[in-house]
Amino acid sequence: MTSERTQKTRRVVITGLGVIAPNGNGTRDFEMALRKGQSGIRYQEIMEEKGFGCRVAGTPQGVDELAEAAFSEDLLMAMNMSHRYAALAALEAWQDAGFERPAQDDDRVNWDTGCIVGTGIGGMDTTAEKVVPLTDAGKVRRLGSTSVEQVMASGVSARLSGIFALGNQVTTNSSACSTGAEAVAMGFERIRDGLAERMLCGGAEAASHYIWAGFDAMRVLCRDFNEEPEKASRPLSASAGGFVPGAGAGVLMVESLDSAQARGAEIYAEILGAGINCGGHRGGGSMTAPNPESVQRCIGLALADAGIDASEVDAVNGHLTATGADPKEIASWAKALGREPGNMPTITATKGMVGHTLGAAGAVESVASILMLRGGFLHPCINCDDLHPEIEAYGAAIPHSVQEAPNLKTLLKAGFGFGDVNACLAYRKWEA
Amino acid sequence: MEETEVFERVVKILTPWVKNDEALTSVGMETSILDDLKVNSARLVDVVIAFEDDFDIEIADEDVDQVNTVGDAVNLISGKL
Repeated sequence: MTSERTQKTRRVVITGLGVIAPNGNGTRDFEMALRKGQSGIRYQEIMEEKGFGCRVAGTPQGVDELAEAAFSEDLLMAMNMSHRYAALAALEAWQDAGFERPAQDDDRVNWDTGCIVGTGIGGMDTTAEKVVPLTDAGKVRRLGSTSVEQVMASGVSARLSGIFALGNQVTTNSSACSTGAEAVAMGFERIRDGLAERMLCGGAEAASHYIWAGFDAMRVLCRDFNEEPEKASRPLSASAGGFVPGAGAGVLMVESLDSAQARGAEIYAEILGAGINCGGHRGGGSMTAPNPESVQRCIGLALADAGIDASEVDAVNGHLTATGADPKEIASWAKALGREPGNMPTITATKGMVGHTLGAAGAVESVASILMLRGGFLHPCINCDDLHPEIEAYGAAIPHSVQEAPNLKTLLKAGFGFGDVNACLAYRKWEA
Repeated sequence: MEETEVFERVVKILTPWVKNDEALTSVGMETSILDDLKVNSARLVDVVIAFEDDFDIEIADEDVDQVNTVGDAVNLISGKL
């Protein structure tokens, strides 16, 4: 363990991936769905019953069965939906990285391993379905012992600490829709600074109409495709009318190169650099809109941190939610990368398939990004045959079917969130 | 209800929270819920709620404080049936 903050040049890599997504649980099914351009957006009866304008969402399927097979009964009683998503994704990443799951009665602690797994909203399902109704009914006692750990913001990362005996930093970050990307960036920095050898990094968000209600009230959710759920999430499209809410989790095993090589781990990609910033709600930015200058600066920060030139970027995986912000985001990518519309790196928008998984988005889409780098492909951007007029000029960079990309090396992944906050990661395929 | 039936139901209710499966194989009235079965003390409130639901009784917080062994739980519950 390197505990002195002297070696700031340590290289940091990704050695494990895990995902629970609306179009596939586990990286194998998820990658297959990405390659096929398969949507995980489904009609949601509860949204119709409660009078939502949007009645579709991306919800992972079969998660309770997976959780029941993986975790003990007493643990399950204390795990709400975001805990289950995060724990399953983390378990996959942990085992994918080549680690054995520690026994609960094994008192050894992984002092060099921690986790930063965030959430945008947190345990809203527990709050809405248990805490509020039982408290209002005067039945506080019946909340039992498990409500606090499910509603406390850090519950999702604390849960992982218990499962994997993590002894390094264990925390939950929260920066709205940039949470997942920010978590990876923060774990990367911690390892580069020599403060940890491995960090499970990512984000999780539950599927709950209570989470989605406020967004529906803001009229930022898609309302025009309730009859055609798989067409509802339309990043880059002229007919995009708002984002489709989604849920799930992505977790990456972020590790020092030294540690990965010492134990002979398979390395998928290197994190070359990261940028995190905020637009200060100025220059067009607000609580709900990004300051374009801050977006461009964030991308620039990631490039500078990575020590690479913008010309080296082969692809970007955008935030691209299917709102009116998409054209502005594309313009910001072009400006930050110094590219003309006809010379853009390939643009991918994963939300077309999974919806907007909020605090999990940057993590689920980072998993998608690493799978693309590792597998040498670029997934299609679905539901955007009718490109937005301001995006049409970039059409050559937007794949409508899966592209084999054996030369894909460097990919930028960004997440932008309410609060005018941004995070950008520079990933490079690992070539031994 | 026979005491043996109460005992069996108490053990069944406790089982998900038991961390020492070996102690469960020789569980008796004298078995300590915390020390022997290694139930996390924070979860006792959940165990009590489960007792209440299963036996359709109410257990006061003061009574819970007197429960240390499986037998204590069986006797407390039997007294309320």
